Amino acid sequence: MNARILPYVLILPVTLFLCLFFIYPFVLVSQQAFQAADGGWSMENFQEVVEYWKFPISMKNTLLLAAIVVPVQLALALLMATMVSKMKKGRDMVLYIWTIPLGISDLAAGIIWLAIFEQSGFLNSMLHGIGVVDKPVNFLTYQNPWIVFLAIALAEIWRATAIMLVILVAGIGLIPKEYYEAADVFGASKWKQFTRITFPLLRPSLQTALVLRVILAFEIFAVVAALGGTLFPVLMGQTYSYQFDLLNSGAAAAMALIILGISIGFTLIILRILRVPKGASI
Amino acid sequence: MAEIQIKNIAKSFGAFQALNDINLTIADQEFMVLLGASGCGKSTLLRIIAGLEVASSGEVWIGGKRIDHLSPKDRGIAMVFQNYAVFPHLTVFENIGFGLRMKKLPNDEVTRRVERVAGLMHIEMLLKRYSGELSGGQRQRVAVARALAMEPDVILMDEPLSNLDALLRMEMRAELKGVLAESKTTAIYVTHDQVEAMSMADRISVMHQGDIVQAASPIEVYRDPAAKFVASFIGNPPMNFLPAKPAGPSKWQVAGQTFDGPNTDKAVLQFAIRPEDMQPAEQGLVATAKIVEPLGAHLLVTCQIGDALFRVILDSDAVVKPGQSLTLAPQPDRVRWFDPDTTLAVA
Repeated sequence: MNARILPYVLILPVTLFLCLFFIYPFVLVSQQAFQAADGGWSMENFQEVVEYWKFPISMKNTLLLAAIVVPVQLALALLMATMVSKMKKGRDMVLYIWTIPLGISDLAAGIIWLAIFEQSGFLNSMLHGIGVVDKPVNFLTYQNPWIVFLAIALAEIWRATAIMLVILVAGIGLIPKEYYEAADVFGASKWKQFTRITFPLLRPSLQTALVLRVILAFEIFAVVAALGGTLFPVLMGQTYSYQFDLLNSGAAAAMALIILGISIGFTLIILRILRVPKGASI
Repeated sequence: MAEIQIKNIAKSFGAFQALNDINLTIADQEFMVLLGASGCGKSTLLRIIAGLEVASSGEVWIGGKRIDHLSPKDRGIAMVFQNYAVFPHLTVFENIGFGLRMKKLPNDEVTRRVERVAGLMHIEMLLKRYSGELSGGQRQRVAVARALAMEPDVILMDEPLSNLDALLRMEMRAELKGVLAESKTTAIYVTHDQVEAMSMADRISVMHQGDIVQAASPIEVYRDPAAKFVASFIGNPPMNFLPAKPAGPSKWQVAGQTFDGPNTDKAVLQFAIRPEDMQPAEQGLVATAKIVEPLGAHLLVTCQIGDALFRVILDSDAVVKPGQSLTLAPQPDRVRWFDPDTTLAVA
């Protein structure tokens, strides 16, 4: 076959698959979101979801979670990736252990942390055992919103740092050793080597890791449902309740598009901040 | 003053002994080339001087100060790497100024020095580019400029020209030699390319299996190899060897001919002569031409004497045909002798 056409033929099945199962439903959802009760085009659905009293709260909660969780994950993943990359023996073993949480679904992760924080959970047993509390405390209530927030943040950090770690370990592996030797000879301390060499050369991997993580952070749902229930409304939880509790698929579609819009916005910001100038890649 | 003294340096990687007890003194402003085949330990020695590798034992002194316990940046050295190691995310300007920024020199001083060395290396028009937009030769210039900008006591170079094509390598060789001579820096240059070594060095240290076999001026290494290894490593084609048997005091018999030689009681020696140091004559070694290669400037003839192959370089006008018999007279003052047991030269 013609070598110029062959590549396009080869990517055709995937393209068709994505068109059929992604673009088509996306068009349908968009239609639903912009459709009024009488069938015409309108912003009714958007107006409805935005004006609902829970919308600002769930928006604030989602953004706050992302703002706390993602930077902590980034710092942890960078630290862990740097440590793993310096290891000579047992590196794969450590990586496997560190990535175990990746294999657990987000709902299961939420339930694991619920088992720690709930009234009859491990944390209470431990505190009781060492005599800090006389009787089990209910941490996850509306009286302790910050503990609920903390529990969700911890569960998210525990669950999803590994995805960034894996991407960053691969990225660090691509940086040639000579750069560090040159940096050593030309007087850069270890910290300067990290800020002046590792970090800038890691930009492509950081882009991927951050885009993935930020999108997932805006889609947070199951962990919140398990630990916070209705105490901690988030955008995705609202979408779910429009669709399945209120059976208002128009409003659910509008919510979904709002989340998509936010994700695209942040993706563009991340790509812009971490862009690599032409000719400046490894 | 940056005299370098290497005292009893040894290095082993597990069971592998990379360097055995190296002793070498490099004078201030000297251009020293470490020459050897891959795996001979030349790069390891350079990396030990740079501080990128830790010696198993021994000391390194620069300018009368022991430096082997210091980190690379405190040794007063700069280095040019084989793969350039020009940082891809920095512009050429920031690459050259990298070490100066790390020293926290004021901005105008950084600019002054970067512009000076960029001019020296003829890359002043590239200062705003990234390394991805440069050719291999230009990257090499950036790497050298970065080292020169440090105004170091000692500049270390690890096969800096080996990734360039032949023509560029020849050009850079001459240029580098000029720039380094002008900078009055002591230089250590690692290469496996003997032409590079011969053309650039003040002195060559020929290394073999973790030892320095000979450290001498290029012409001395070429004319008076200290060991058979040097004789067969340097020169293209290398020296010819023939077995010699004693034929009276200071007389040795080689392929039926008698030559004046060293006065020793050895039962056997090796007679050695460079291919260009022989002339066709009435009297001499009788050889049969096997392969005739006209190389333009001269004629390379591979012949056979007894069982041994023997190469001669003749004038390009000479007419030699394969199978033809040649009588070759060695230039008497160019004949060298080696002891086959110790492989060392015998005077």
